Amino acid sequence: MIRAEWFYWLIGAVFLVMAAQMFLDRTNPKRLGTAAFWGLLGVGFVYSTWVVDKSAPSEPLGALVLVMIVLAGFNFTGRGKVSTTTPGQRTASAVRFGSKLFIPALTIPVVAMLCATLVKKIHVGGEPIFQDGSETILGLGVGSLVALAVGMLLLREKKITVPIHAGRNMVEAMGWALLLPQLLAVLGSIFQKTGVGTQVGRITEAVLPSGMIYVSVIVYCLGMALFTIIMGNAFAAFPVMTAAIGWPVLIESGGGDPAVVLAVGMLAGFCGTLCTPMAANYNLVPAALLELKDQYGPIKAQIPTAGALLLCNIAILSLFAF
Amino acid sequence: MIVLLGVAVVIAGFATRRNPLLVVGIAGIATGLLGGLSPREVLASFGEGFASSRSVTIFVITLPVIGLLERYGLQEQARRLISRFARLTTGRFLTLYLGLRQITSALGLTTLGGPAQSVRPLVAPMAEAAAEKKYGPLPEKWREKVRSHSSGADTVGLFFGEDCFLAIGSILLITGFVNTTYNQHLEPLHLALWAIPTAVCAFFIHGARLLRLDRQMARELAAAGATEADKESAK
Repeated sequence: MIRAEWFYWLIGAVFLVMAAQMFLDRTNPKRLGTAAFWGLLGVGFVYSTWVVDKSAPSEPLGALVLVMIVLAGFNFTGRGKVSTTTPGQRTASAVRFGSKLFIPALTIPVVAMLCATLVKKIHVGGEPIFQDGSETILGLGVGSLVALAVGMLLLREKKITVPIHAGRNMVEAMGWALLLPQLLAVLGSIFQKTGVGTQVGRITEAVLPSGMIYVSVIVYCLGMALFTIIMGNAFAAFPVMTAAIGWPVLIESGGGDPAVVLAVGMLAGFCGTLCTPMAANYNLVPAALLELKDQYGPIKAQIPTAGALLLCNIAILSLFAF
Repeated sequence: MIVLLGVAVVIAGFATRRNPLLVVGIAGIATGLLGGLSPREVLASFGEGFASSRSVTIFVITLPVIGLLERYGLQEQARRLISRFARLTTGRFLTLYLGLRQITSALGLTTLGGPAQSVRPLVAPMAEAAAEKKYGPLPEKWREKVRSHSSGADTVGLFFGEDCFLAIGSILLITGFVNTTYNQHLEPLHLALWAIPTAVCAFFIHGARLLRLDRQMARELAAAGATEADKESAK
C-alpha cells in the first residue's frame, strides 16, 4: 500500500534539495537564511510523520516552526537571480514543440483523476493500492511524477536538476506566503483549544436581540465572512460562529433546517476568504506566482463578487431555512 | 474574555501591515498563553498544527514539471494556441474557465486547476493572449488586471463548486463538527444539495463581471490604443 506519508517525505526531500541549491546560490544575498528556512520546512515535513502517529514529541516541531517564523518574519530570506531561457528561446521552443508542450501539463490532472476514481478501487492482496482517504493527494503526487517523466522524455531534457531549479525559482518567488496557510491552521486549533468560540458566542448572545430571526441570519453570515477575513480560513471561523449563533439561535430556537443553515453559513465564510490576504494560498500565492506588482490584485478582482454572493447567501438562508 | 486579545493581535497586525507570518505566530503564542496553555503546550500546538495541515502545501510537487515546461515555452504556446480562436475574448474565455472549474470541482476534481498547475502556465497567458490579439501589447495596468482575474476565476470556481461535492473537506468538516458536538446525523448529501443555489449565483454574478471586463477593455484600450499608436510612430 502506498501511504500518504511517503508522499510527504518526497515533498520534504524536494524542499531539502532546493535548500541545498539555495545554499550554493551566490547570487542570493540572503542565501544562508533562505536555505535555512526551506531546509527546516523540508525537515518539518518528514518529522511530522511521527508527530501525526504520536510516536515523537511535537514540541521540537513547534520550535522549528517558530524558527521559520523568525527567519521569514524578520526578513532573513531572499531570492537569487533567476536563470532561465530567454523569451526568444522560449518562443522558438514553443514553435518547435507546439501543443505537445501541453501533454505533460495535462498529465497531472488526468493521472490525479484516474487515481481518485479508478485506482482507488483496485486492491492487491486485500489491501488498497493507495492509503484509504488519501487518493486525491496521492493522485496529485503520482500525476506530478509521471508528468515530470513524460516532460523530460518529450523535451529530451536529461538533467533532473533543471526542473528542480525551475521549481525552486517559483518557490523563492512565493517565499513565506507558502507557509502561512499551515500556520493559520495552527492558529485555528489554538483558538479552538482556548475557547475563543464560546467567548464570541457569549458576546453575540448579549448583544443580539432575541426573537429577530432575520437579524440573526445576517449576523451569522456577516460574522462568518468577517471572522474568515481575520483568520484567513472559513474552516477556522465555522466552529466559532456556529457554536455562537448558527446552532443555538438559528437552528435550536429558530427552528431552521440544519442542512441549509450550515451549508450556506460555510459558503458565507468563503465570501470572506475571497477578500483577505490572510487566505494566502488563494490570494497572495497566486499574486506571487503570476508576478503581479500589486499583491492584492486577485483580492481586488474578487471583492465585488464576494459582496454580491454574501447578499445571495443571506437571501438563500432567509428564504429556505425557515 | 482575555483570550479574545489573540483576535485583536491579528486585527492590529493586519491593520499595520506587519509580516503575516509574524502576526499569526505572535497571536498564536499570546492566545495560547492567555488561554492557560503552558509554554510547552503552546509549542506542541504549533507542532501538531503544522503536521496535520501539510496537505495545503503539497501543490509544491507540481512546480518542477511546470517550471520545466515553462523553460521550453509552455506559456508562449498557450498564447499561440488561443490567438487562433478569433471570437474568444478574455472575458468569454475566463467565463468558460469559471464554468469548467465549477463543474469539475463539483465532481470532486478539485486538483484539476489551481494557481500553480493551471493559472500561471495556461489560463493567465491565454487570457492575456485573447486580449493582445485584439489590442496589441497590454499596458501594465491591464496585464495585472487580466492576470488577477485569471486567478479570481480559478478561486471563485473552486470555492463555489467544491461544496456541491460530498467528500470535500468543508462538507466533512461541517458534518464532523455538528455530529460530534450536537449528536446529530447530518448527511453530507443534504449539505451538498444546499450548496447548489449559491453555486448558480456565483456563476452568473462572476461570469457577468468577467464579460463586463471585455466591455471595459474595449472602452479603455480602444481609446488608449490610438494614442499608443501615435507614440509608436513618433519614435
